[in-house]
Amino acid sequence: MKDWLRDGPVDLRTKIGLAEMLKGGVIMDVTTADQAKIAEDAGAVAVMALERVPADIRKEGGVARMADLRIVRTIQESVSIPVMAKCRIGHFVEAEVLQALGVDFVDESEVLTPADDQYHVDKHAFRVPFVCGCRNLGEALRRVGEGAAMMRTKGEAGSGNIVEAVRHLRTLTSEMRRLTTLRDDELMTTAKDLGAPYELVKDVAKRGKLPVPNFAAGGIATPADAALCMRLGAETVFVGSGIFKSENPARLAAAIVKATARFEDPDILVEVSMDLGRAMAGIEMSKLAPSERLQERGW
Amino acid sequence: MHIGVLALQGDFHAHLTQLQRLGASCGEVRSRVQLARADALVIPGGESTTLWRLLEVLELEQPLRAWLAEGKPVFGTCAGAILLAREILGPDRAGLGVLDISVRRNAYGRQIDSFLAPAESTAPGFEGLECLFIRAPVFERVGPRVEVLAEVGGRPVWVREGRAMAATFHPELTHDLRVHRAFLELASGSTSSCGSSAPSATVTPYASSSAPSASLARSVSVGGR
Repeated sequence: MKDWLRDGPVDLRTKIGLAEMLKGGVIMDVTTADQAKIAEDAGAVAVMALERVPADIRKEGGVARMADLRIVRTIQESVSIPVMAKCRIGHFVEAEVLQALGVDFVDESEVLTPADDQYHVDKHAFRVPFVCGCRNLGEALRRVGEGAAMMRTKGEAGSGNIVEAVRHLRTLTSEMRRLTTLRDDELMTTAKDLGAPYELVKDVAKRGKLPVPNFAAGGIATPADAALCMRLGAETVFVGSGIFKSENPARLAAAIVKATARFEDPDILVEVSMDLGRAMAGIEMSKLAPSERLQERGW
Repeated sequence: MHIGVLALQGDFHAHLTQLQRLGASCGEVRSRVQLARADALVIPGGESTTLWRLLEVLELEQPLRAWLAEGKPVFGTCAGAILLAREILGPDRAGLGVLDISVRRNAYGRQIDSFLAPAESTAPGFEGLECLFIRAPVFERVGPRVEVLAEVGGRPVWVREGRAMAATFHPELTHDLRVHRAFLELASGSTSSCGSSAPSATVTPYASSSAPSASLARSVSVGGR
């Protein structure tokens, strides 16, 4: 059976290789060099350099684009851990710019306003690895088919509400489990129903997992949220607005790092969850109009 | 013999996969109890700053230092190699000091500079070793008692001192099991710690077409498939 990490094309192996290095860690959204340092000191495995965190993008509205490159460059110069940045869905030129700037991972993200309402970036054409969001298996495999080296759940970014990330993780894992129970002659129709490449459907049916690492994102606000995602099968967590919209970012960041590494141990969770101050204010999903749901973006 | 793989962060699953393929008894090390159970330890690739932080906050750094002080076999790849070094550069700090080496982090550049290359010169039995470098460090200084087991671009990429081994690349991310097998042999004491008693050592030439370094000449004891 083909193993993408060990048998894939060289470029894909270095890309998935970096995603492997990030496993078990926490990737944090930052908007300044100071925040990036706080994240690195707290033990983040990588930072996502942004102009605004998702909660502010949501509040301020307007078109959200790739971050000011000066911000990204300043953050690159301030930390030694990998620096990621977001491009708009389908905006392959923003992706090229970020690659030329030397970012370590590009997130083709629904958090920004889509630049293309039909097509995503052809990620095979890049040397820089991409991460993309998904809500279900079909979406995940379409992105992997386009060359994504890492998947993450979309959740609902900037909401401080874990419910959508949980839904997406559960959907993804139960769809993968179901595939492993199917007969070979049922896989083509299943691929059609999922809207996913047949070869990748066969691969998941054999291995029961995605061909690339699978991380969680969207609404993680506490150490227990992070541990919940890990328990549901995520291999790493992204924390967006949760950290720097909280009362004590440095303390919360360190707590989430520890909780993610030892997600299976409730005693550790007790220790890190004590006295963290106020978490970010969250949004109840029914208060979000469909047009305000970032997870609906992507095709 | 039970091989522990430090499983706080990074590609520890890939190391476990390799060790399982070789039929070794192995398991994750996340706690002091699991560390105490390990006869040998693998420190995986990952982010070294994160690993330091987690060792500290999970109160594992001192137990690990004590465990290493007993001279037990240890193998680090990439971030793991950084942790085992005496001196770390960029940003500078002291490592665990198990290997007398100085290692520079992210020495090849950013992720787009990550690459795959065959080893140009190796200890006998490791010809054609496939080396995958991910934001890899470089061994800038290698102490006199450290043996170089493989080189890429004229730089040492796999070294050994006593029962400690370190690689700047990721043998856990290939199908090639030779490096992990060499560690198992080292850990089980089936190879001598210095010099060579292997008969083939005196007749087996180096895999390199260029002149082997002096330290490669001393490295033959880990050879063999």
